[in-house]
Amino acid sequence: MDPVGFCTQTRLLIVAGKGGVGKTTVSAAVARMAADAGLSTLLVDVEGKGGLPAVFGYDELLGYEETVMAPQRPGAGEIRARTLTPDDALLEYLEEHGMRRISRKLLSSGAIDVVATAVPGIKDILVLGKVKQLEQGSAIDLIVVDAPAAGHAVTFLTSASGLLDSVRVGPIRAQAQDVVDLLSNPARCQVLLVTLPEETPVNEVVETAYKLEDRVGVSLAAVVVNGLYPPRPGLDADPAEVAERQGLRLPATELEQLRAAARFRLGRAALQAEQVTRLARSLPLPQLPLPYLFTTEVGWPEVGILARALAAGVRALPIERAASSSGTVDASTVSPRP
Amino acid sequence: MSGVLDGGALEQLVFDREIVVCCGPGGVGKTTVAASLALECARRGRRACVVTIDPARRLANALGLSEVGNAPSRIDGDWPGELWALMLDTKSTFDALVTRHAASPEQADAILQNRLYRNISGVLSGTHEYMAMEKLYELHEQGRLPGSSDHEAPRFDLVVVDTPPSRNALDFVDAPRRLTRLLDNRVFRLLMVPTRAYLRAVSVATQAFLRTISKVVGAEVVTDVVAFFQAFEGMEEGFRQRAQEVHDLITSDATAFVLVASPARDAVREAAYFADKLAEAGIPTSALVVNRVHPRFVEGGSEPGGGSEGGSAGGLEGGTVATALAPFYANLAEFVDIAGREESHFATLGARVAPAPVARVPFLPADVHDLEGLAAVADELFPPPASQRA
Repeated sequence: MDPVGFCTQTRLLIVAGKGGVGKTTVSAAVARMAADAGLSTLLVDVEGKGGLPAVFGYDELLGYEETVMAPQRPGAGEIRARTLTPDDALLEYLEEHGMRRISRKLLSSGAIDVVATAVPGIKDILVLGKVKQLEQGSAIDLIVVDAPAAGHAVTFLTSASGLLDSVRVGPIRAQAQDVVDLLSNPARCQVLLVTLPEETPVNEVVETAYKLEDRVGVSLAAVVVNGLYPPRPGLDADPAEVAERQGLRLPATELEQLRAAARFRLGRAALQAEQVTRLARSLPLPQLPLPYLFTTEVGWPEVGILARALAAGVRALPIERAASSSGTVDASTVSPRP
Repeated sequence: MSGVLDGGALEQLVFDREIVVCCGPGGVGKTTVAASLALECARRGRRACVVTIDPARRLANALGLSEVGNAPSRIDGDWPGELWALMLDTKSTFDALVTRHAASPEQADAILQNRLYRNISGVLSGTHEYMAMEKLYELHEQGRLPGSSDHEAPRFDLVVVDTPPSRNALDFVDAPRRLTRLLDNRVFRLLMVPTRAYLRAVSVATQAFLRTISKVVGAEVVTDVVAFFQAFEGMEEGFRQRAQEVHDLITSDATAFVLVASPARDAVREAAYFADKLAEAGIPTSALVVNRVHPRFVEGGSEPGGGSEGGSAGGLEGGTVATALAPFYANLAEFVDIAGREESHFATLGARVAPAPVARVPFLPADVHDLEGLAAVADELFPPPASQRA
C-alpha cells in the first residue's frame, strides 16, 4: 500500500499506546509521512503536554488555535498542531450551546466538576465531539490525534458508548451517539497502536487492541513497533579473534569494550525479536517497525527518518487493506493469546 | 559524579521510612521500582507491602498475582523478611469506606445504589488515587494502633505504592481532599436542604446552573446528583476527618516520595514538572531513580580507542582490517554516544532534585517481569557491597 493510500483511508487517525512507548513521536512521524506524501495534516494533542511541539523544535506549549509546525514545502503538505484539552472542549461546548455568560462561573465554582463526575466520560465525549467537528468541517487531509496514555486510551475511546447506556436524553447523548458513529465507522476513523518490543508493552497493546475492538468496534490500522535496534551485521564474532585474524593487537580493555557493547546489542535485539514474534502471534494486525535512533530527543531530522521508515513499512502492507475494514481484529474468530 | 548511586542514602528509604510513594511519568517503570524497593526491604529482614493501582496491572506481571483485591497477599521467596503485594480494587475499597462511615445500613445502601456514586467509584480516574491513599493509610495503620480490631493483620514496616500515570504528582497527594471538596460544593449543599424557604434562597446563578445541566444531560442526572448529596448527609465530617489524617500522614516525615524517570527528553521534562509541583507543596523529593539507562561501556565518556561513527577501525591501518572490525567500533560508538546523552539528561534532573540521591538502573539483560528481574533491579538500586549481602 502506498503512504497516500494509507493516510487517506480515513480522515481521522487516533494514535494510542501506553506511556513511554513513543506515542507522540509516532504521531509526529505519521504527520510527517502524510506531509511528505503531499497531504496537509493536523496534529491534535488532548493532554496539553509539551512533547509534541518539542518534536518540531517549538519550546512553547501548543494553544487552542492551530499553529503551523512545518510549513508547506515543494511537494509536501503543511503540518499544523493544536491542543484540545477537556476543559477547552467543555468551555467551547457551553458557549456554543448558549451558555457563554455562565460558563466561566460554572468552571470557577467547581459545580461543573460535580456534573462531570455525575456523567463520567463527559469530557472525553466533548473532546471527541470536537474532533468529529474537525473531521467533518475542515479541509485538512488527515487529522492525527495523540490519544491519552494506556488505560486512559481505552477509557477515552469507550466513554461515549458507556454514556449511551446511562444518559437517555439530551444533547450530550446526541453528542455521544455522534462520537460512537465516528469511532465505529472504518471509513472515517482508525486507531494506530504503538508499542515497544518488550514484554509488558506487548501484553498491554494486545489487551488494549481487544478492548477497543470489543467495546468500541473501532478499526485498528496497524501496530507500530517502536525502538527496534537496527540490524548491524558482523557483531556475532569475537572481536579478539577478528583482530587476531587480521594480525592486529588491540588493548585488552578496548577489546572488552567492543565485546561488551556487541553482546549487549545482540542480546537486546534477540529479546526484541522474541517479543515481535509473540506480538504477531497474539495480535493479527500488520506491524510497522520503527528503528531505535540512539538519541534521547527526537527532532525534525529524526522525525524524517521515522517517517521514511513508517512509509517503508506501509509500502510492505498488502494493498487490499485499503478497500475495506479488514484492519479490524475479528474477535469472533481470533481469541487473545496473551 | 552526577548520576552516581549513593546507596547509603537510598537505604534510608527502606529502613527509616514507613511509606514510599513512587511517582513519575508513564512508562518509566514505576511499578518495577516500587516492587523492587519492597523486595529489598524484605531481603533486609523487614515486612514490606507493595500496592499498585495501575489498571494495567503491571505488578501482576512482575509478581505473578492474578487478582485484584482488598487484602494483601504474601509472596513466598527466599528472603528473611516478608513481601506482600496488593493490586487495589478501587470500587470495593470505596464501598468499604462508605459502609464504614455510614450511620446505618440503609444509608450505605442508598449511596452504593446511587448512579453518581457508582460512576465516582468505578470510573473516575481521581478515585484510583484517592482509594490508593485510603488503602495506604489503612495498611500503614493496621497493627500500629493499640487495641485495633485489625490485630490479626500484619504490621508493615514499609508500604510502597506506585501512582497511576497522571499529569501531576499532586493529584495523588490531593486526591482524598477532592471528594470532600465535591461534598462541600455550595451549590449542591443548598440543594440538599429540602424546604421551600431555602429553595427561594438558591441564587440566580444556581438556578441557571440547574437549568443548564438539565438541558445538557437531562433532568435525571440532576435527580441523581441531588439524591447523592442527600444520601451523604451527615457523613461528610467523617470523610473530611479521614481525608485530613491521610493527608497529614502522606506529608509527614514517615513518607518519602521517589521520583522515577527515564533518561529521554520528554520523560525528564515531565519528571522535572513533577518535582517542581512537589516542591511547591513543600514535599521534598527523597530520591531520584533513573530507569532504563544504557550501560556505559567506556568509563569517563571518552571515545573508544579513537573509534568514531562509520567505517574507520579506531585509527588503525589497513582497509581490510577496518571492514572486519568496523561494525564493532560503530556499535560501540553508538552506545557511547547514547550513554553521554542520557548522562546529561539525568545530570539536569539530578540537579533539580538535589540533594536527593540519584540511582540509575541500567537496561538489564532481560525485561523485568518476574521476581528474578525485580531482584536484579534491587541489586542495581542497592549494590551488594553497600548492602553487605552475601
